[in-house]
Amino acid sequence: MSAKAIVLYLHVHQPYRIRHYTIFDAGNKHDYFDASHDSPTSNERIMHKVAEKSYIPTNKKLLELLHEHPEFKLSLSITGTVLEQFEKYSPATLRSFQDLVATGRVEIVGETYHHSLAFFYSLAEFEMQVKMHREKIEQLFGQTPKVFRNTELSYNNDLAYWADRAGYKAVLSEGWDPILGWRSPNYVYRPTYTNQVRLLMKNYKLSDDIAFRFGDREWEQWPLTADKFTHWLSETGDATNFNLFMDYETFGEHQWSESGIFEFLHDLPKKWLQTAGHSFMTVSEVAECFDPVDQIDTPQTTTWADTERDLSAWTGNPMQQQAIRGLYELQTNIIKSGDLQLIDDWRKLQTSDHFYYMCTKWFNDGDIHAYFSPYDTPYEAFTNFMNSYHDLEFRLIEKGFEV
Amino acid sequence: MLGWELPPHNSGGLGVACYHLCKALSKKGVDIEFVLPYTAEHDIDFMRINSAHPQDVEQVLKSGIAYDSFKYVKNSGEIEYIDIFGQSAIYEQAIERIVEYAEFDVIHAHDWLTCRAALRAKELTGKPLIVHIHSIESDRAGTNGGGNSLVREIEGTSMLLADKIIAVSEHTKQAIIREYAIPSEKIDVVHNSFDTANLITSEADSAYRYISAMKQQGYSVIVNVGRLTIQKGLTNLLHAFQAVVERNPKTLLLVVGSGEQYYELLSLAAQLGISKNVLFTGFLRGKKWRDAYAVADLFVMPSVSEPFGLTPLEAIGYGTPVLISKQSGVSEVLRNCLKVDYWDVDEMADMMAAVVRNKALGDVLLANSKQEYDVMSWDKSAIKLFDVYHTQREAVTV
Repeated sequence: MSAKAIVLYLHVHQPYRIRHYTIFDAGNKHDYFDASHDSPTSNERIMHKVAEKSYIPTNKKLLELLHEHPEFKLSLSITGTVLEQFEKYSPATLRSFQDLVATGRVEIVGETYHHSLAFFYSLAEFEMQVKMHREKIEQLFGQTPKVFRNTELSYNNDLAYWADRAGYKAVLSEGWDPILGWRSPNYVYRPTYTNQVRLLMKNYKLSDDIAFRFGDREWEQWPLTADKFTHWLSETGDATNFNLFMDYETFGEHQWSESGIFEFLHDLPKKWLQTAGHSFMTVSEVAECFDPVDQIDTPQTTTWADTERDLSAWTGNPMQQQAIRGLYELQTNIIKSGDLQLIDDWRKLQTSDHFYYMCTKWFNDGDIHAYFSPYDTPYEAFTNFMNSYHDLEFRLIEKGFEV
Repeated sequence: MLGWELPPHNSGGLGVACYHLCKALSKKGVDIEFVLPYTAEHDIDFMRINSAHPQDVEQVLKSGIAYDSFKYVKNSGEIEYIDIFGQSAIYEQAIERIVEYAEFDVIHAHDWLTCRAALRAKELTGKPLIVHIHSIESDRAGTNGGGNSLVREIEGTSMLLADKIIAVSEHTKQAIIREYAIPSEKIDVVHNSFDTANLITSEADSAYRYISAMKQQGYSVIVNVGRLTIQKGLTNLLHAFQAVVERNPKTLLLVVGSGEQYYELLSLAAQLGISKNVLFTGFLRGKKWRDAYAVADLFVMPSVSEPFGLTPLEAIGYGTPVLISKQSGVSEVLRNCLKVDYWDVDEMADMMAAVVRNKALGDVLLANSKQEYDVMSWDKSAIKLFDVYHTQREAVTV
């Protein structure tokens, strides 16, 4: 019986959503993220809702599984912006994550503090945000991230090269067919132009069976049980590790409790571990355990979003490009200002979600983008963002900078 | 007099023009009974205001666009669905009742929404009908021969049957002749005007703190005020503005108003790479609206077709020089301003850049336009209308 591991990796994130912010607010109020409690963009209200539906019940289940199955392990990435909001709005949620990590079988993955696309716009800013995130994780969880994932699983050769130099054991990326070619995502790889770092590529078919299709009654495999799922994995001869990467909020928020997602999670370790040779591994364990079977060349940027698997959901239309470029053009002056509040607000505006809300792809179809947006239209998201941007300019002028 | 709106419940220039015309006419001793399609409080003592129907103004505004149906509650509590044509029909029924007891010499109707009622009043009483055209359907549609065919039919029929037509500009008169083949002699031009006394002087502290700060940084500000619709020519303005920003990056464009072109204009500004320089405020009233004029270095009205256009005169009142399209009525009465064909994007850009770069040009334009502005008065318009009334009354009482 060959050895096979499930690598379960969940991504935890909430942005600071921008409130309805007009050109008349610019220069008067700098509270971009403080929507009133009944507004669709109230970060506090959303945090309470997601904590109740997802974080609290899922962590309870995960802790139970960790106690019940000594071989159960998982990896998490938790952004700085969501950690701050746990501290502010839901300390119980933060404690429940700390309880998970205290078992010693939950590994935290490194990323940018602000869930930003800084890597593609400013390396200095990117490295600062990675450092901030590392320090936050060390402070709250007593762990130093050894594996790296960039925002939205965005990845290319440059990122691999950077992660290699920074001493990470592995980087996570999308197991996208045009990159893999005939190869399988179910192995450990080595990025080209690197020495030590390993590449773990998401098995998007299996991951999306859980994350997207689980509750879909039109899907021919519905209902998906842990029995059926682990059977598929067992039958896959061509594999050492199954990289199941998804948003944490899959559990209870994207797939509601009524869909049976928690029962599925409950049964998964038991069913999988029934067979000798089956195991769970964290991301750094799998990178150390298996030798790379090949090298992977990724000259273009891939992400885990949309059918394009590129950055077009964030930077595909001119509004998004104008907004994100404008923001990074302010960098030099913002940093020079030394105003910590100003720098912090600027960084919160870098969170990729702001640009995602401006996406106009399939806007008319009301698809997944609309589902995740607190705004009625991408134009509204853009307007609120640009007015906040103008207020940053105003604050720089007040500090004596020329804009 | 049959009208569709009066301040403060006006959605545009129509209500403003009606208000000032009536005020000036009453000074000349004209006794006016003004019929509105809604009930509201007005601070008006120079004429009687009659409500055609017991509904508040929101009900009428909801019916705004032709073909839209909205829930409508009658006095009896019965619910029915009504669109803008339905509103016009209700108005017509009410006028039928009113003309039974009201005493008057002339029927004066403003724009197509009141025209069916006006024709009915003429039919019932035999009194002369004056149709006053503030805008026609092709203006609103932004294309010659365009617009809603039902509206066109109402406009055409009522102008054929009217005893006299008043157009707010030569531009509008030519449009009426072009669109409806009305004989030129039947149409008199009575230009709109501007009541300079009515201007509320802007308070010192601008509502635009961000823009004020940017001006301190050497930025210039161009403003447009109006509905975001094809008629207003704003896509041309954005293209021209891009050329200005290329030459003079420290320029902002403030776009005041709402309308169906909003998303299109927002996207276009992004495509042109000028999102940072173009600020959209949405629909404004009061101080924010007044300050939009005051904060600007140049006001631009690039309309494809503007029957008259009060906004440039408001801009001058608030101390801002203006650039207007030649396809506007106001360009017939205003000399000291920059004028451009709405389609001439290059020329529009050159003119905007000239004012942005050369403060003296703006100052001279403003100083001279201010002189024209100061002598403007609705009294001149009222004198012309008074003559029309007189002639029409004589014509019938023979």
